[in-house]
Amino acid sequence: MLKEFAPEWDGFHAGRWSDSINVRDFIHKNYTPYDGDESFLSGPTEATTKLWEQVMELSRQEREAGGVLDMDTKIVSTITSHGPGYLQKDLEKIVGFQTDKPFKRALQPFGGIRMAQQACREYGYEVDPKIVEIFTKYRKTHNQGVFDAYTPEMRLARKSAILTGLPDAYGRGRIIGDYRRIALYGVDRLIEDKEHQKATHFVRMTSENIQLREELSEQIRALGELIELGRIYGFDISRPAQNAQEAVQWLYFGYLAAVKEQNGAAMSLGRTSTFLDIYIQRDLDRGILTEEQAQELIDHFIMKLRLVKFARTPEYNALFSGDPTWVTESIGGVSVEGQHMVTKNSFRYLNTLNNLGTAPEPNMTVLWSKRLPQNFKRFCAKMSIKSSSIQYENDDLMRVTHGDDYAIACCVSSMRVGKEMQFFGARANLAKCLLYAINGGVDEVMKVQVGPKYRPVAGDYLDYDDVMDKYDQMMEWLAGLYVNTLNVIHYMHDKYSYEKLQMALHDRDVKRYFATGIAGLSVVADSLSAIKYAKVKCIRDENGIVTDYEVEGDFPKYGNDDDRVDRIAVDIVKTFMDKIRKHHTYRGGVPTMSILTITSNVVYGKKTGNTPDGRKHGVPLAPGANPMHGRDTHGAVASLSSVSKLPFRHAQDGISNTFSIIPDALGKETKVFSGDLDLDALRQEAEREEK
Amino acid sequence: MQGHIHSTESFGTVDGPGVRFVIFFQGCPMRCLYCHNPDTWQVSGGHPETVESLLAMYEHNRAFYQNGGITATGGEPMLQLPFLTELFREAKARGIHTCLDTSGICYRPDAPEETEALLAVTDLVMLDIKHIDAEQHRRLTGCPNTNILAFAEKISACGVPLWIRHVIVPGWTDMPDEQEALGYFIGGLKTLKGLDVLPYHTFGKQKYEALGIPYPLGDTAPVSQETAAAAHQAIMAGIRRRLREESNTK
Repeated sequence: MLKEFAPEWDGFHAGRWSDSINVRDFIHKNYTPYDGDESFLSGPTEATTKLWEQVMELSRQEREAGGVLDMDTKIVSTITSHGPGYLQKDLEKIVGFQTDKPFKRALQPFGGIRMAQQACREYGYEVDPKIVEIFTKYRKTHNQGVFDAYTPEMRLARKSAILTGLPDAYGRGRIIGDYRRIALYGVDRLIEDKEHQKATHFVRMTSENIQLREELSEQIRALGELIELGRIYGFDISRPAQNAQEAVQWLYFGYLAAVKEQNGAAMSLGRTSTFLDIYIQRDLDRGILTEEQAQELIDHFIMKLRLVKFARTPEYNALFSGDPTWVTESIGGVSVEGQHMVTKNSFRYLNTLNNLGTAPEPNMTVLWSKRLPQNFKRFCAKMSIKSSSIQYENDDLMRVTHGDDYAIACCVSSMRVGKEMQFFGARANLAKCLLYAINGGVDEVMKVQVGPKYRPVAGDYLDYDDVMDKYDQMMEWLAGLYVNTLNVIHYMHDKYSYEKLQMALHDRDVKRYFATGIAGLSVVADSLSAIKYAKVKCIRDENGIVTDYEVEGDFPKYGNDDDRVDRIAVDIVKTFMDKIRKHHTYRGGVPTMSILTITSNVVYGKKTGNTPDGRKHGVPLAPGANPMHGRDTHGAVASLSSVSKLPFRHAQDGISNTFSIIPDALGKETKVFSGDLDLDALRQEAEREEK
Repeated sequence: MQGHIHSTESFGTVDGPGVRFVIFFQGCPMRCLYCHNPDTWQVSGGHPETVESLLAMYEHNRAFYQNGGITATGGEPMLQLPFLTELFREAKARGIHTCLDTSGICYRPDAPEETEALLAVTDLVMLDIKHIDAEQHRRLTGCPNTNILAFAEKISACGVPLWIRHVIVPGWTDMPDEQEALGYFIGGLKTLKGLDVLPYHTFGKQKYEALGIPYPLGDTAPVSQETAAAAHQAIMAGIRRRLREESNTK
């Protein structure tokens, strides 16, 4: 289908990748695994240091201005909406900003005009009335579409926060375009491929086929705009990249186009370091690039990723405890043939934490395997201790499902790059669901009927079998409501805020994961354990609603490697996932579930009343699959062991465990205090001295 | 047989090589002024565990302990010598690395057989020598150090690898000549494989408050790393002096 072997590919080993779009094949035919240590790395160049100082100064100004330095209120952000923007043009090896200058946030109203207006208003800006008129009178947004279709029950569940963080007023994100394709093939070939996909697709006009045809046309249009974006900055990205600098730049243009188009909850990058290493290695071998220049390219690229900014409301920031962009980059891993995929560029990415200092973005994620080279493991450990900025995920576990060219979106969602995507579905609060089971669907905080009016528990003490029976029914209700709510959201997102550029960097027939999530797992496990192994007394308010609990006696707590309670947690995960699986999902999405609230657990805690484990209203739920704070009393291994029992096949969208430890607890700080003594060597030394 | 166990720690990183499953035995005859585990003193406390129940906890998380093993500490594990020996014997049989963290206070030179049986199934002893001077030792811990030093020589004679640990406490163990003397003594131990010089810290204070026991060292300041490093040097000097003398007498 593709044309001849492109001149830009000179020096690469040909393969299936040179006849069809197949980045994985390209990587495996061409990458150079690296087993050495970090001693080859370079520090920052003068240009890097200068640019970063400028960034730090702008950051300071932004903080002083109350969190936002500048906002666009007139131009609706599209791939080609703005002229070029620079820090210092002649110093920047990699260029491109979301608007015409750094730190200026773009106006992105397709998710919802009100959200965009609020975001502006909070920081003292006002969206141009004309734009507001267009997006209320003439152009419908995703947000409006969703609320047109929501049922009263859905609205209520959202208000009470038993369903929470739903992407119904903001971009769903979590889609990773295969930005590498742009560097490898150039945009012309990608357009050609998309035209071919369209020409060979079904011609029977069912609503599904019509939708896909329309989307393919949108994708082709987006690719055309992508070429234009390159032109705005003076590059011709219609052809493949011919050196390392172009490869990084082309790839970045793809990512930049995506963040210009979408203000998604997580705009992740993919798995780019080993891909780019092939270009860098070719240039190093050709003698047209030095290691210092290679590091500079990566430093400038990472600098740009750190400067991705969105206009968001304070509520949004409260939910996510900050303003995360989740520019996740997946590093390392092992191929399905068993060869590790660490390259020198894996080191260079992590080295940016030295050269530019510590930062939460991009979210450097090491795909950890037992078989990663020892030197790389050591470097990761060293950089973790130094920066606390590296995330680790289990490659040995995920490779089984996704092969060796998957990446992480957001914090744990795994997907094959360019072949799989997901519909992000936030989460259901299972702790609150348990309280609904106890109170017959009445919300313990709002004191109104939200769930179905089932029979509440009777009597002073909670009975395990009775509560489990009621909980099972309440989860059945919640799962159905949850999936249907997400169906509405994703239908409308596709309709009014379709990710055309990101999907243009996917195959035509993608596998769609229908991602659900749960919050409050450890509270539920401990609560049920308390009911089973201790005695839990109900305290009712004047309306007979159980609003508090008295726990008499002790009970096993999740996080101590105690099967009595850990098994409850495992059962809950499996039970709820099975209930999710019963329901129809939009576009045949494959249902998955995550246990991953990393920051929003604080907000969920505020919205969840007292629980039978003794937790009080307002106390944060534990993040992700973590045990409740302070209840894991048998050390880290026991705590991790409890978490590791959770079945990945029932929580395939990821299980997160936030783990912090003081460095001293990982071993003696310096060799001075714990030196191995080589008595024989000392003896020989003594003998030499005596002679 | 049952042991009285204060608690277990599943992620021990400072009690022997690698990541270790650490068992804190209940009960200790010593009353070291700087003890940071006063909650393990009472012989009557703790909860009963069997060899099987403890090793089951280990086996459950075996994957984490590939380069580690189990460490018995306390309290004073040798206070429960028969149980400890049975635990280590069974652990060894299963191929688990065994490490004993002890003060050596329970050793009886006149009846060494039981201790020899323990050492036969011990891969590493971490012996904490509180003070090299007999009288100072008594004031610091409430006990003499005669048997402790004898135990060190016993370990060496049995060919069991040995780490010496020594805590630097201001006003108690911070004299360079005493440190040198300690070095001179341990330089004669043939199986010496490691030396941990630990700066005194005050993390134990809270436990005393919780237990309602007055904190014996009052406001003694924690020891800096520089001080500990200097002590390390002094002890090493003692070791070298011993080795030189031995090479002379050859």
